[in-house]
Amino acid sequence: MKFEDFVCFEATVPEFEAADRDGAIAELVSSLNKAGKLGESNSKAITRAVIKRENEASTGMGKGVAVPHVNHKAVKDVVAAVGQSQAGIDFSALDKQPVYTVILLISPVNEPDKHLQAMENIFRNLQYEKFRRFLRQCRSAEQIEDLLREVDEGSSLL
Amino acid sequence: MKEWARDPRMNAEKNSLENVVCEAVVEIKNADGIHMRPAMQFVDIANRYKSNITVSNNETQVDGKSIMQMSILAATCGTKLKIKAEGSDAQEVIEMLRELIEDKMFGEPAP
Repeated sequence: MKFEDFVCFEATVPEFEAADRDGAIAELVSSLNKAGKLGESNSKAITRAVIKRENEASTGMGKGVAVPHVNHKAVKDVVAAVGQSQAGIDFSALDKQPVYTVILLISPVNEPDKHLQAMENIFRNLQYEKFRRFLRQCRSAEQIEDLLREVDEGSSLL
Repeated sequence: MKEWARDPRMNAEKNSLENVVCEAVVEIKNADGIHMRPAMQFVDIANRYKSNITVSNNETQVDGKSIMQMSILAATCGTKLKIKAEGSDAQEVIEMLRELIEDKMFGEPAP
């Protein structure tokens, strides 16, 4: 699976207004909703579900990135939105460091394999220090889209 | 003969007193596969042991002590993984990981 198969570029949040975890998650959910990706579902209910999952165990896997996620009937396919924070957000990450890039993933119910494939793509690329650095340097939704599409095309970037 | 050595899925070789190499092929049985929570359970156990642990499917080999790397396996239900441990406690950790995946199924339901 490629980034363009599940990332909604329209819903990118180039710089969070919120300074905290829950606010950042709410912004990404609301952005996906505005982009029409969540159907009739209530953004607040989805935000609560993502936060509940995050409270069970942080998805801040270290190295400045968090991947909050939830399975929800609002979506038929995996959908993701990317958001960034220059200042960094406390996600209670495994390495106790702030998070600069948040990738919110909403996966359909009863399609566990699609969820795993999206996660595989995200973490395979996050392995690369260069990718994380380039992502963090992006200042606009367009730059993020360009970077992810370049990676999809298998550019020599990494 | 030790218990583990009778299990045909396991194959251990003792190079010296300290360096034991032990391998097992395990099948993922919980419906959702190795998503983040199971991956964390796996890494938690792996990190309690001194042995180096690698996990591989047909395409990729990863460090069994890294949560990010374990996520790259995208191991769906039915996937077979080869787990290899090298070190003085290799046999124990392989048995604990096999039990987590196949017997306890990460505490999750089957399909």
